[in-house]
Formats: sequence, structure tokens, C-alpha cells
Amino acid sequence: MKGPESETMPDSRATGGGANQPVDRREFLSRSLPAGWVLLAAFTGCGGEPSAPAGGSEASAREAGSAPDSGSQAPASEVETSAARDPLAGYDPSQHKYAMAIDVDRCIGCGRCVEACKTENDVPREPFYFRTWIERYVIQRNGNTVVTSPNGGISGFPPVEEAEILRTFFVPKLCNHCDHPPCVQVCPVGATFKTEDGVVLVDHDYCIGCRYCIQACPYGARFLHPVTRTAEKCTFCYHRLVKGLVPACVEMCPTQARIFGELNARSSPLARFQRMHKIQTLKSHLNTEPKVLYANLDGEVS
Amino acid sequence: MESHIQTLMEVLQQTKGYIYPNEVELHWGLLVVVYPYVTGLVAGAFILASLERVFNVREVQPTYRLSLLTALAFLLVAPLPLLAHLGHPERSFEIFLTPNLNSAMAMFGFVYAWYLAVVLLLEIWFDYRKDAVIWSRHETGFRRLVHRVFTLGANDLSEHAVRFDRSAGKFITVIGIPSAFLLHGYVGFIFGSVKANPWWSSVLIPVVFLFSAMVSGIALILILYMLTSLFRRMEIDMRCADKLGSFLFYALIIDFSLEMLDFIHRLYEAEESIGILSQMISSRLFISLVVLQILLGTVVPLVLLGIFSPAFHTRAFVHAPAELRRLIYFCAAILIEVGIFSTRWNVVIGGQIFSKSLRGLTVYKVELLGLEGLLTSVFLLILPFVILYVLVKFLPPWPEAEAAAPSEPNS
Repeated sequence: MKGPESETMPDSRATGGGANQPVDRREFLSRSLPAGWVLLAAFTGCGGEPSAPAGGSEASAREAGSAPDSGSQAPASEVETSAARDPLAGYDPSQHKYAMAIDVDRCIGCGRCVEACKTENDVPREPFYFRTWIERYVIQRNGNTVVTSPNGGISGFPPVEEAEILRTFFVPKLCNHCDHPPCVQVCPVGATFKTEDGVVLVDHDYCIGCRYCIQACPYGARFLHPVTRTAEKCTFCYHRLVKGLVPACVEMCPTQARIFGELNARSSPLARFQRMHKIQTLKSHLNTEPKVLYANLDGEVS
Repeated sequence: MESHIQTLMEVLQQTKGYIYPNEVELHWGLLVVVYPYVTGLVAGAFILASLERVFNVREVQPTYRLSLLTALAFLLVAPLPLLAHLGHPERSFEIFLTPNLNSAMAMFGFVYAWYLAVVLLLEIWFDYRKDAVIWSRHETGFRRLVHRVFTLGANDLSEHAVRFDRSAGKFITVIGIPSAFLLHGYVGFIFGSVKANPWWSSVLIPVVFLFSAMVSGIALILILYMLTSLFRRMEIDMRCADKLGSFLFYALIIDFSLEMLDFIHRLYEAEESIGILSQMISSRLFISLVVLQILLGTVVPLVLLGIFSPAFHTRAFVHAPAELRRLIYFCAAILIEVGIFSTRWNVVIGGQIFSKSLRGLTVYKVELLGLEGLLTSVFLLILPFVILYVLVKFLPPWPEAEAAAPSEPNS
């Protein structure tokens, strides 16, 4: 079982030269904090160009962040030692672009994925903290739609009580790892970021807990961890991905309703799934470009 | 934390329809309601001050300095509710050091610093410098020290220097008006730019915020002016009160028109969110939106001010004696403050009570204790008045204090 901190932090280091690298930025800051304070004081004192010190920090942070990856400045022995310490050193994010597909017709609402997620990621057990959950839709003949998700569907669903049922189905939900993530756009400090391989993560050592990202997420996929007081969400089990494993929910699904893989690969289970099905995404009108792709999705699902 | 979980369990029982499981916890609570309310008062008070300075509305001159000090007192408190609501307040400085330039919220620190340092502090300094120099020459002890520090060593009282103070103050006010618009329009933008939320996502929100800010700022100064005059046993300048009443009426008309435009536009377009939003307005928000914000906070003051203030002519529709007019203005201003606070509540809390699945409603339970509780919010709403009291003690904003420079300032 992995805690949230141990999970995202090494990953962000592993992804190296991305534009939003909070770890690198923080390392940079710890070295240049006195200079930062001087800049801040100068700014607040004279009310000068607001973006000047910030932009400077950002640019320098990127430079500092790219240094370890390029290896051009560090001695070879130092790089080797750090590689030995870091089990993720062999992972190259530029070689991947992840996505998940969900076949709505295959989901039986057993809740194993929800249980697997909570266990794998140490998600609080209370019924209002979920990285993934299942919704049941019951559409009646009169056009009425009843949606439920008791405790996120972790223990399955009770028998349907509604009468005159037209159709019913289950829909697994999770963070859509949008290609245009509104949560990343609004985070004031860049603690939420998109990795090079397309996964949206949160740096728990950097998040200030303002919860703007929770407001900005159209899918209700984020929550505030009651202990760490930072934003939480699905990471596609990033700690597993870098080891070549699939997310826990995918692994546990007994009907293979969830398919995980490379978005750009020509031959992969995901590529095959995309060839064989008509694909929809959730709330596509918001232009978030989700990377959770649904097949056989009903128009009632929101 | 146990009590928090307990509260959420209760909320879970009271939800109606379907909400996403993570939406049980409402994330922006009472403190985030207080924040735009306080910021609005700052912007409104400053814009009122600028009326005298830039637009030469002589009647409101008695409130000029009071408006500036009020704006400062509230601006000093404005970031505190935000700070208290953060999960990690100790990391808040990261917004200054490494802002995400794509984030609307990241700009808060810069907009705030600009307004505080460049606009308000400078304007107050230029406005009070001459008086502070004169006061410090006739005082002793701590007051003398404070006024000496305030002057920053600029003791020149020549006509040229005083004239420079005045023109610099005017220049800063000219910069200050768009800055005040920026400050509160920006707060509106934080909400208006969230496309995930149909209640917030509107281009009108920043504009509505601006005009409601003016309304609340003018109303606050009207209340403060009347109360301070009462406690100081000074006669209220009715020309000033009438003018404030008229401006309150104008600002309220624009504010209400914009709100109605937003409302009718939503109703007419009737997008997919209309069902759940109507349900929310007629149930969870009925008291705060229909009764407090629209009826008591807008319609009643509009009628009162429309009839009794000289908003349309030099004379009011119904000429009431000065004493009655004072009472009416005071009641209208109090109602307006309640209404604007409800407006902030309806925007912030209303935007989170319905589910983004558009299928259900949740409830908001205000906790009494804790950093995000009711007591903290009450404290943060009282604190600006305490700061204002201290500011007034050292920088008396009354016209007679300015005139009676050589003698002991009457505070």
C-alpha cells in the first residue's frame, strides 16, 4: 500500500523536463529563497511589474529542473548514484501517452474496482472520498432517471426498487485525466500538473489546499484529503505505471470493463478497443478532452 | 476531524437526488463568502472617495477621508479569510514566489499588493502628510512618534509641496479607480471563469460583483458617517447624506438591472442546468436569494431611496423632514448590507449546493468552531472596525481635525 506522498513525488522527478515541475521548482527555491524574498520585498515595496519576479522564478526553475535530466552539468558518478537510489530512473515518460477505456456494457457494478482503489491508494474509507466510483442508472418508462451510488458502489448495489424499468446500467467514474485539464489551469501554485505521459497529478508537498481545482473539475473527481489537507484524485496508479503495471482498478475488474493502455500505440488493447467501438467522453462540450473513453455510453450519463 | 466526519455524515443523509460522492463536502464555506464581501466594501468605499477627488462631487467631501481609511481597514483584513480557509496556510507565500500564471487565483497576491501599496497607502500618505507634520509639531509621546514616522521625514509645508501632495493624490485616485475595478472585477472573475459550474460561469459575474461592491461600499460609508456623527455629537451634513442616498440609488439600480439581466438570460436560454438551478432557488436558496437578496436587500431599499432621496430632482418625490430621511437612509443602508452579504452567499454557497451531475442538491452546514467556523467569520467581520477605530484615532478623518491643525486634534 502506498501513501499519497510517496506516490506522486518520485514520479514528478522521473518526468524531468516538463513545464510544471513543482519538485524542481521547490529545489530551486530552497537554493534561492533569500533572493526570492528580496525580489518579493522589492515588488511589494514599489509595486513594480507583477509578473517579473514570478516569471523569473518560473524560467529559472525550469532550467534547474532540466539539469538533472540532461546530465550535462552533473558529474557522471553523481548521476549514476542518483540512478541507483531512484527505482524510477529507467522510466521514460516521453515514450508513453496513457488513457483508459470503459465498456459500459461490461460493468456489473460489483465494486471491486472501488475497493481496489481505496486499498491500493490508501483512500479514506468514509463514503465521501473517492478516486473512482460506480453509478447505477435506472431509466423508467415514464422517462424518469434514478441515479445512485451507495458508498461509491464499493459493496455493490441493492436490488432495483423502481418499477416500470426501461433500461439500467452501471457507469464507472474517475478522473478523466483531461488533455486540457481545468484543474491544472486554475491551481494558483502549479501543485496540480500534467505529466509528459498525460497523467494529471497533485504534488502533496506543494498544494496549499485552496480547493480551486475541486471547484474547477466538472466531473467531481477531486476531494480534499481529510488528513493531509491537500487535493486528492485518481493518479491512474502512477506508481504502478512506472513499473509497467496497470492501475489497480483495471487489474481487479472481473469483466474487463476497464481497459488501460497507450493512447498512441498502433497495437495495444486500448487501440483495439478504439477500433472496435464508438467512443464517447463525458461533458465533451466543455472542451476538456478527457482521456477516459467510454463505449456504449448512454446519453443520460452526465 | 471526528466532528467534521460526523457533519458530513449528516449532510449525506440530507442530500436530495443524486450528487457525485465527492460533492458531499462543500469546499468553499462561510470564509469564502466573507472574502468577496470584504473586498467589495474596499472597492466600493474607494470609488466613493474618488467621487470627491476626481469627479468633484463636493457634497460627499465629509466622507472622503473616512472612505479611504475604511477601505484600508477592510483591505488589511481581506486576505485573512482566504488564509484561514487554506488547507495549508503556511504555504500561502508560494502564490507570490511561484505563481501559476495561467491561474486566475494566482494573481490575487499581485492585485492585492498593487492596490494596497500603490493605491491606498500612497493616497492616504499624500492626503495626510501635511496634517501629520503639523500634528507632530504640537504633540508629545507616542502620537508624536506615530505622526513623525508617518511623514517619513517629508516635513516640507511649503505651498509648492502641499500643491504637489494634492495633485499626486488626484493622480493616484485616477489610477485607483480602474484598480478598484480590477480588484473586485478580478474576484468576480475567479468565480465567473469556472466553466464547470453553470451557476458561476457567466461573463456578467465580474460586472455584477463590481456594481454590488459599489452599492455595499457606499452603504457602509453612509452607515459609518451617521454613526460616527452620532457618537461625536456632530450635526449630520444632510447635503452629504442626500447625495450618498442618491448615489446609492443609482448604483443599486444598475446592480439590480444587471442581476435581472443575468436571471432572465438564464431563464430564456434554459440550458440543461435550468432544472436543477430552479429547484435550488425555490428550495435551498429561497430565503437568502428571494427574501434577503432581492426583496429586503434590493426592492425595499430601492423604493425607499427612490421616494425619499433626491435621486431624480433636487427635491425628492416625497419631501420628508431631515430626521426621517436620516432614519430611512440608515435603514436602507443596513438592508442593503444584509442584501449584499446574501448576494455573496448565494454566489459562493449556491454554486456548490447543486451537483455538477445536475441531478441533486446538497446542504451546507455552518460549523460554529474551528478555523473555518462561524466564530472566525464573525471575528473577521468585526476586525476591520477595530482597525478602523485605531486608524481614526491616529489619522482623524474629520474636517474639523484638518482645520484645527495647530491645536489638539479632535478625535
